[in-house]
Amino acid sequence: MSFQTKRPIPRSIVASMTFASGFCIMTIEMLGARILSPYFGGSLSVWGSIITIFMLALALGYLFGGRLSTRNPNPITFALFFIVAGLFSLPVILFADAIMRPIFMAIEDPRYGSLFAAIFLFFIPTSILGMISPYAVRLMVSNHEHSGHMAGLLYFISTLGSAAGTLGTSFYFVLWFEVNQILWATTAILVLSGCFILLTSYVLESKSFKPAAGQVKRA
Amino acid sequence: MPKVARLCLFLCCWLGLSAVQAETIHEERSKYRDITVTQVGDRRCLLFNVHRGDRNQTCVMVNERERLVFDYTRMSFAGLLLNPDPQRILVIGLGGGSIPMTFSDLYPQAEIDIVEIDEAVVRVAEEFFFFAETPNMEVFVDDGRPFIKRAGIRGETYDYIVLDAFSGDYIPEHMLTREFLEEVQAIMTNDSVLVANTFSTSRLYDHESVTYQRVFGDFFNFKLPSSGNRIIIAQLQSLPPRGELVSRAREFGDRLKKYDIPLVDYPRRLSTRVDWDMSRRELTDQYSPGNLLRGN
Repeated sequence: MSFQTKRPIPRSIVASMTFASGFCIMTIEMLGARILSPYFGGSLSVWGSIITIFMLALALGYLFGGRLSTRNPNPITFALFFIVAGLFSLPVILFADAIMRPIFMAIEDPRYGSLFAAIFLFFIPTSILGMISPYAVRLMVSNHEHSGHMAGLLYFISTLGSAAGTLGTSFYFVLWFEVNQILWATTAILVLSGCFILLTSYVLESKSFKPAAGQVKRA
Repeated sequence: MPKVARLCLFLCCWLGLSAVQAETIHEERSKYRDITVTQVGDRRCLLFNVHRGDRNQTCVMVNERERLVFDYTRMSFAGLLLNPDPQRILVIGLGGGSIPMTFSDLYPQAEIDIVEIDEAVVRVAEEFFFFAETPNMEVFVDDGRPFIKRAGIRGETYDYIVLDAFSGDYIPEHMLTREFLEEVQAIMTNDSVLVANTFSTSRLYDHESVTYQRVFGDFFNFKLPSSGNRIIIAQLQSLPPRGELVSRAREFGDRLKKYDIPLVDYPRRLSTRVDWDMSRRELTDQYSPGNLLRGN
């Protein structure tokens, strides 16, 4: 059985990109309550809605990301996750009011109002972001023996990114910037990360047809 | 400065002493906070998050229920100088219920809506602070902001609005913003008066003042030397001249004596002087770091 991927990419880059995705997920999640509160208030149930929808979206993302990684794993698809997630975050910036107003009008109960608003605003970008981790595991794994090690390393790095996003947003970013400025920055980070992966993979491929050290076929 | 220090020391001792003597008669952990009810002699108090050293939210004298114990509670009635005959009253934040109960006593015919996010607070107010709904006074368990937004969409108006919502440390961040105040404006008529209870210390004071000024223009800033609270009193129309306030206070003062509200002393304390840093950023839904600004 072969563990070689089509277009190899250094593990350090894969790992640092998962840091960025963890960072962006939690930055958006922390801002979620701020975005919903003008319509649905600051009650505990609003936080509950946001966390529930992020968890469900991530769960679905993990499932599909893992499944996608079995078919021809390659850096291009990996890069696309970032770019597409960044693009699907744009409605949160551009159409948040237009999305929340009809929900606010239609649903009186702030629990379900906030739940539906969270679905429409955050479900798609978050589920795409969820695909990144399992796919990254596949890109980093080159044999059976170290697959657990690589998965652990990735969880470690992406969760560190999540911690950094949570702390940075709640302690500092909201003090320095407007909500939308922070969201523009996360979108930019995601799109630029995707472009960086694409660029690296093309450069590496054009430089040499030899696979990089980490991805030498060992099977 | 030493005078202030001495006063602080005295206050600390007094608080410490009263904490020692206070008997806890009820404790519960609600969805939002730890609620404690204490009693010292005749004085029963509601406290939120005692372990963090928060101040009393409200106190009542068990044998003189009508008396208002706190300056800020009494100060909330200064809006009557601008609108002496409110018929539809909205109170955001119930606490022990002394503000709405006083309104209900003063204006039995007025329709009073109260919004309180924490149903446990409503229960405690009923059980320990003699609060009771009447056919004219109803409590809605809801967040203040969506309640006001919905009222605005339905075209409802109130002629006396009290903003007294506190969560944890301070006013919830989404109820400090320009957009929120604009939603409050939508439920006001020209005669309506808005009374907002805020703190006079902390850096947030500047941000809040800038925000209120942007939305309402001039407003009355009401502070008492004995209180750490600052009451903002605002109207859609321009503010009445001081002479009018004084004559209203004279006319009306006696009716408020039984609640211990010294209305005649209030007009000279209402100021439109800008005593904040006008260069501070206004608070919006996009920028409202609320509690982060308090510490600095």
